[in-house]
Amino acid sequence: MILNVNGHDTYCYTGGKPFNPAQPTVVFIHGVLNDHSVWILQSRYLANHGWNVLAIDLPGHCRSAGEAPASVEQAARFIGDLLQAAGVEKAALVGHSWGSLIALQAAAQLQQRVSHLVLVGCAFPMKVSPALLESSLNEPEKALRMINVFSRSTLCAPPSTLGPGTWVFGGGMALGRRVLRSNPSVNVFHRGFQACDQYAGGLQAMADLSCPVLFVLGSQDQMTPPKAAQGLIQAGQAAGKAVRSVNVPVGHHQMSEAPDDTLFAIRDFLRA
Amino acid sequence: MAGYSDPGFDTLALHAGAAPDPSTGARAVPIHLSTSFVFESSDHAAALFNLERSGHVYSRISNPTNAVLEQRVSALEEGIGAITTASGQAALHLSVATLMGAGSHIVASTALYGGSQNLLHYTLRRFGIETTFVKPGDIDGWRAAVRPNTKLFFGETVGNPGLDVLDIPTVAAIAHEAGVPLLVDSTLTSPYLIKPLTLGADLVYHSATKFLSGHGTVIGGIVVDGGSFDWDGPAAAGRFSELTQPYDGFHNMVFSEESTVGAFLLRARREGLRDFGACLSPHSAWLILQGIETLPLRMERHMSNTARVVEFLASQPFVSRVGHPLLESHPSHALAERLLRFGARGAGSVFSFDLKGNREQGKKFIEALKLFSHLANVGDCRSLVIHPASTTHFRMSDEALAGAGISQGTIRLSIGLEDPDDLIDDLKRALKAAEKAGS
Repeated sequence: MILNVNGHDTYCYTGGKPFNPAQPTVVFIHGVLNDHSVWILQSRYLANHGWNVLAIDLPGHCRSAGEAPASVEQAARFIGDLLQAAGVEKAALVGHSWGSLIALQAAAQLQQRVSHLVLVGCAFPMKVSPALLESSLNEPEKALRMINVFSRSTLCAPPSTLGPGTWVFGGGMALGRRVLRSNPSVNVFHRGFQACDQYAGGLQAMADLSCPVLFVLGSQDQMTPPKAAQGLIQAGQAAGKAVRSVNVPVGHHQMSEAPDDTLFAIRDFLRA
Repeated sequence: MAGYSDPGFDTLALHAGAAPDPSTGARAVPIHLSTSFVFESSDHAAALFNLERSGHVYSRISNPTNAVLEQRVSALEEGIGAITTASGQAALHLSVATLMGAGSHIVASTALYGGSQNLLHYTLRRFGIETTFVKPGDIDGWRAAVRPNTKLFFGETVGNPGLDVLDIPTVAAIAHEAGVPLLVDSTLTSPYLIKPLTLGADLVYHSATKFLSGHGTVIGGIVVDGGSFDWDGPAAAGRFSELTQPYDGFHNMVFSEESTVGAFLLRARREGLRDFGACLSPHSAWLILQGIETLPLRMERHMSNTARVVEFLASQPFVSRVGHPLLESHPSHALAERLLRFGARGAGSVFSFDLKGNREQGKKFIEALKLFSHLANVGDCRSLVIHPASTTHFRMSDEALAGAGISQGTIRLSIGLEDPDDLIDDLKRALKAAEKAGS
């Protein structure tokens, strides 16, 4: 589905189902150098189990036009505009990696308009090493390989995004190349990493939240290790927020290395 | 980087796609000889059928043992995923049938395995798919052959049996300008010698019967998707409606929206295996996995033995031509040096040569061999020999044979893993016998 958001076409994968105003809505937000397709299994399942799904390509990424967000705050405002354009009063937000920071910030801004918040592979602060930042700009292929190596936890993922026989590492490399190529005017790899690196509003956003939060963390995640989310988790708990955390036994490719575990965590949280 | 997170080729050949079986502790890959797999619940069943969850339903569509092989070859080829098939020919057919229907057109190399040439030239034509054949080195010819309905470029890494090396980067660039993908048959090279996807090809397939399995015990195939081709990008210009438009044969799914990089694999498995049914037996998958575990070791020996045999044959007065890029006189020598992982040394161990004698002397040569087995296969651990014009390529016209670099006197060898001195002795005796038959 294409929505016009701020004058630009925005692609939203709906799981093959038409929008049903009677159903609750969940928005899926991808991370750096990803697009909607990283959520293919989780989003398609929910779309067929009573939810409207909007798995977006962020502006300037793959099928979506517009300027690629340069900060978490800018991307979070876009999520609010997206809900407006879709005519959705209230939605659950699910984000991965950079997308988790966007979801967190958007939930803080949108307050009662967000019913649930799911942060997959989240860390705060989400600092990116200077070497990786530099490589993302000047040697993107090298940097892409680095992040896929760091994201991988297994050489034998279960049946995954493309079914049995999916090679998750190769899928990550190919998607990264495609997303990078999709925007000839901006290096969305470097811009996304900069946005992660510079985001400072995590604790404040957690303090401002008015919805329950679920962290889905990869116990072997080297990109956003579980310990790097503890500050946010503790801040939320200290502020009396409804914060839960689930570990899945994989790395940073939670949705493709542990598709069922990730789905069940999201599904059960949204049902609760 | 090195280690578990970024393993090298030899490690992937042993470990990609597999781990000790969690339910039994079995270290080797188990053979899952089960037609079907139990659903956890009605919801699980429905979710599997609707691609909401991923898993095994029925072994025509997927199987856990086959999935290990698919992941392993994908890893070795640097692809995004793969589909195993009943044979290499089934992999080629699955690729073609996924991308096009009647009214479509293919541009293919003239230097193809005879079975592939048959499929394109005769059989697919009957189903409304035409092919224009171009000499692999005729770069302008590839470009000129493109038609508005062209859907695919197709060639072999090294042509069978002349070993014309396909200039993959150049041919891929022409294909992409025309908005079509390049499919490459890498059977004769295996991913150990060349990785077509890293050179610009979009899809690669193997007859896994050959070097991947290596033991001459099993028929199988596999097609790997590189995830590089943009099926609904501007260059493709709407050519691939099979992947970019709702498919009412599968829940009105738009495969290119489901997966930005994996639309081909989604449709190939969900339609091609489902409807055409040319799946691989899990037992065959297991046998191929056994072969791949030693692929790097075997390919090294194939290369060194081939170098010895090529050197020997090139020094024989009764041999008029040796068709291996190791020799500087071979038209693909420079290209092989540039594109193959080990240069011309890695241009494969299946090659042809011509005797100076007549057809009868050629027959005598083959019959005098004792270690080389006279049969229709290549890539075995044992050395093999055949006369292409009367066997593998016998349906081809003289003109098509010439296009593939085959004459009536051409003999094809597949060099195995025996002691190279013994192979040379066998060839020496057979050459003497053939020479004597002409006197």
